[in-house]
Amino acid sequence: MPTILAIQNLRVEFPTRDRRQPVKVAVKNLTLSVNAGEVFGFLGPNGAGKTTTMNVMLGFNNATSGDILLFGTSVRQPIARQRIGYLPEMTYYYKFLTAEELLHFYARLFRIPRAEAERRIDVALKLVELDHARKRLIKTYSKGMQQRVGLAQALINNPDLLILDEPTSGLDPLGRMKVRQIIQRLKEEGKTVFFSSHEMGEVETICDRVAILHEGELRAEGRVSDLIAKHQCNLEQIFLRVIGYQN
Amino acid sequence: MNEIFAVAGVVIKELYRRKDFYVLFILTVVICLIMASVNIYNDNEIIRYIKDLCLLLIWISSLVIAITTTARQIPAEREQRTLLPLLAKPLSRTQLILGKFLGCWLVCGLVLVCFYTFFGALAASREHAWPLLNYFQAAFLHWVMLGVVIALTLLGSLVFAAPSSNATICFVFVAAILCVGRYLDMVALSLAEPFRSILLAVYFAIPHLEIPFGMRNLIVHDWPLIGWNFIGLDALYMLAYAAVFLLATCLVFRRKAVN
Repeated sequence: MPTILAIQNLRVEFPTRDRRQPVKVAVKNLTLSVNAGEVFGFLGPNGAGKTTTMNVMLGFNNATSGDILLFGTSVRQPIARQRIGYLPEMTYYYKFLTAEELLHFYARLFRIPRAEAERRIDVALKLVELDHARKRLIKTYSKGMQQRVGLAQALINNPDLLILDEPTSGLDPLGRMKVRQIIQRLKEEGKTVFFSSHEMGEVETICDRVAILHEGELRAEGRVSDLIAKHQCNLEQIFLRVIGYQN
Repeated sequence: MNEIFAVAGVVIKELYRRKDFYVLFILTVVICLIMASVNIYNDNEIIRYIKDLCLLLIWISSLVIAITTTARQIPAEREQRTLLPLLAKPLSRTQLILGKFLGCWLVCGLVLVCFYTFFGALAASREHAWPLLNYFQAAFLHWVMLGVVIALTLLGSLVFAAPSSNATICFVFVAAILCVGRYLDMVALSLAEPFRSILLAVYFAIPHLEIPFGMRNLIVHDWPLIGWNFIGLDALYMLAYAAVFLLATCLVFRRKAVN
């Protein structure tokens, strides 16, 4: 399978105001690859460097050294973002727009022709079960609905790679289940999904492979089934063991 | 350009779905209609004062709309985190800034059309005249001047932490230019060095927005039209300032972390 995402020796440092430690290393020489059609779980405790890695992946931050290639193109090139969909954690979309208007706006940024945009909006809104609320202003949406409209915007360009940052965080069990079902359907459609999560149960159910990051370093990586077989315990226990938590 | 127009379209939608403009427009209309309905001292010349007051209210309202609409654009995108999905699309930061600028500027253009139409109707009801070209000259320079204010406020929204502080600083700065900008050189000549040179440098560096502001007199006192070459030169002068502020905004935004 072709490699869709390749992270090569990524190092990200941030300046701090602390004179004793003028630089904080957020990610230390991270190397990973994600293949086409995989659902890849990117795990780690808060502050492990997951969001920083995703931010570099999307061109929001610059890497201190190393590089990230999306479809063989450096993320520094805006063209690399043409084939990806991104759902950030806890985003509140434009309250004064309806879901349909929001998706039209994003479709325009991808230069999708109007007729094709209409078709994709229909498909995306049906997939996230928001077809009935498409003409309603987003400010009237519940948190779960907002998260699903976020998923719809991430799908508007029919992306080959979906990057989801904690897509189920802050949702109730029903909302989590719906988002999980959507990711499952995308997986069945052959999409590549790269997502971070703290929900080990859902990661174990959905993901083909996972990577566990702690203090900016890659601590474990591999197929979920292989990791479980190797450690003889579930993913949550593996996670706790890898990050050095002793019960 | 498609991306820039898409971003501008969202800004325009935001304006007509928020209440700011409607409140200011209704307030201006009510104040002017009350003023116009009373005939103080049976003075037929009172219409000049009403026109002057109406134009002043239009200026204040347009500045409030331009500054408040622009000041919240980028901070709101950051606060609501909509900046992240936006920049994850094939949209450059420069296109985003230009889109925001264009949206706010077009919004101000629409606002001015409404305000000046009302003003024209009010003046015509008393004077039975409709000097369209005079109104056009005043409204056009007013709109171009708002372009400078919008570009300045966009820059401020990246420099200052809170939208309210940015809006206040921009409003005070613009009001100071409108009120005392033209006198700075004369004040400078009465000062000793090095203050004279400093104030003269400030005089030549600030955008002189008082020319469009002075255009109010043209329509208040029914003065003849100003030469179109002068209008064109003043528009170019202000567009140059808007371009400088926009360039600075793009440079600051390129270096800014978005998360």
